[in-house]
Amino acid sequence: MAIFAMSLDLLIGYTGLVSLGHAAFFGLAGYLLAFAAPEFQPANLWTSLFLTMMFCAIFASVIGFITLRTSGIYFIMVTLAISQMLYFFIHDSKVAGGSDGVYIYMRPDATFFGWKPFDLENISDFYYFTLTLLVLTYCFLRALVRSVFGRVLSGIRLNESRMNSLGYPTFRYKVICFVFSGTLAGVAGYLSAAQFGVVNPDMLGWHMSGNVLVMVILGGMGTLLGPAMGAFILLLLELIFQTLPSIGGVNLSKHWHLFMGGAIVLVALFLPAGVAGLIRGKSQTRQPIDD
Amino acid sequence: MIEPILIARKLVHSFGGLTAVNNVSIDCRVGEIHALIGPNGAGKTTLINLLSGDLQVNAGNILFEGNEITGLKSYQISQRGIARSYQKSNIFLMFTAFENCRLAAQSRLPHSMHFFLNPDTCSAVNEVAHAALATAGLSGRIDTIAGALSHGERRQLEVAMTLATVPKLLLLDEPLAGMGADESTRMVELLRKLSANHSILVVEHDVDAIFAMADVLTVMVNGMVLASGSPDSIRSDPKVQSAYFGVSGV
Repeated sequence: MAIFAMSLDLLIGYTGLVSLGHAAFFGLAGYLLAFAAPEFQPANLWTSLFLTMMFCAIFASVIGFITLRTSGIYFIMVTLAISQMLYFFIHDSKVAGGSDGVYIYMRPDATFFGWKPFDLENISDFYYFTLTLLVLTYCFLRALVRSVFGRVLSGIRLNESRMNSLGYPTFRYKVICFVFSGTLAGVAGYLSAAQFGVVNPDMLGWHMSGNVLVMVILGGMGTLLGPAMGAFILLLLELIFQTLPSIGGVNLSKHWHLFMGGAIVLVALFLPAGVAGLIRGKSQTRQPIDD
Repeated sequence: MIEPILIARKLVHSFGGLTAVNNVSIDCRVGEIHALIGPNGAGKTTLINLLSGDLQVNAGNILFEGNEITGLKSYQISQRGIARSYQKSNIFLMFTAFENCRLAAQSRLPHSMHFFLNPDTCSAVNEVAHAALATAGLSGRIDTIAGALSHGERRQLEVAMTLATVPKLLLLDEPLAGMGADESTRMVELLRKLSANHSILVVEHDVDAIFAMADVLTVMVNGMVLASGSPDSIRSDPKVQSAYFGVSGV
């Protein structure tokens, strides 16, 4: 989930593109793994992960090419519409198990030319594998946002027309950013599907997109560790509120959504820079200055 | 006389029913400051927008260094060597003055996608950015966040950013707007200095400044060119006197 949140932050926090369809890549990757795996047999980790990433990259470039012609609220609507199209396609057609989803019976097999460095069926191996990918994603994104390319993305967020007149083909930059972001969301979806052993249409619906958006906001936009923390915090809060004891005959855990919503409202009101903003402290936060 | 670097012929642009630029032709030469004047709403900024590619012409054509640039996107025109500044300071307020210029300078890197190149290590880009700041007189304010610069300094930064893209032609939209007398004088000196190896087209309202720096003047009224020529001929033109300076003349 943290990888997923960081991938969206590249889009929102650095380039200023708010997408409500990011779960499309997440869910799509899950389904790709499900299709790649023969029934009752594991898929090869390396080939299926590679294929999933490639497919998500191609899908993202096509979607990006269409949606990035719009901006602002229209971009939100178009990304939402496209992910909902995918959602209903999977939900209402028989190709992928309809609303029940598809089960993945075995976790991917890490055998690499006959050499098996670790076994994902082993829970701690799977944990370390995911952690490695998380760290790799973090390092990759960190290098990316600090590069010349990353500076251009920030410039586009702040003032796209000025970037154009400075000689940057901003559309091309946005599409490439969208592809990076979609591909990483695909990695996250792949891991999630492998972990839970099931994919269903909810993975690509707008609910999921909204969830990851909340993670990014909760953690702090425009920071990389923020959204990663946001993912942990959101899942943790969910867990805490779901296990609340019943007090005076009222089962509080049944109404966990209420507490969850309240917590998010509080963060939005009092921590506009997210949890990362809290840690960084007020001295370093650069307040946007009005002209 | 030197060949013009920019030749625009019979440009037309309408916003709905309003023809903001109507049959305007204009030439710009290296070594020359060409000033564009006219009352508010005369179409001066629209003309700049047409030349920079921010707006597309409805009719007419634009040649830059002998090549057709009509219909190109603004980033393509920028890459050809035409830079523009904006009437209202259009800078990245959250970045430092240096980062603003570096962003402008790195647009000239031979290919545009450098995913992992740390900008601190591109010495060529950093040098161009430093040079542009120094030329614009902002050397002392390199690490200041642009939002904390004074109005006049922001105008200077605006010019520095255009310089950082190493242009041949500068389109400057009211670079003196809102500046104090001292700042104006310095900006006029800067533009005079730049005109030695650049071509400059400048929109300006400050009549004193215009006559202090311009080599050629074009007067626009209601989207059309009323007169064009040397400052002296414009000053004595009766049409210009009645339309722009008032009937009594200057």
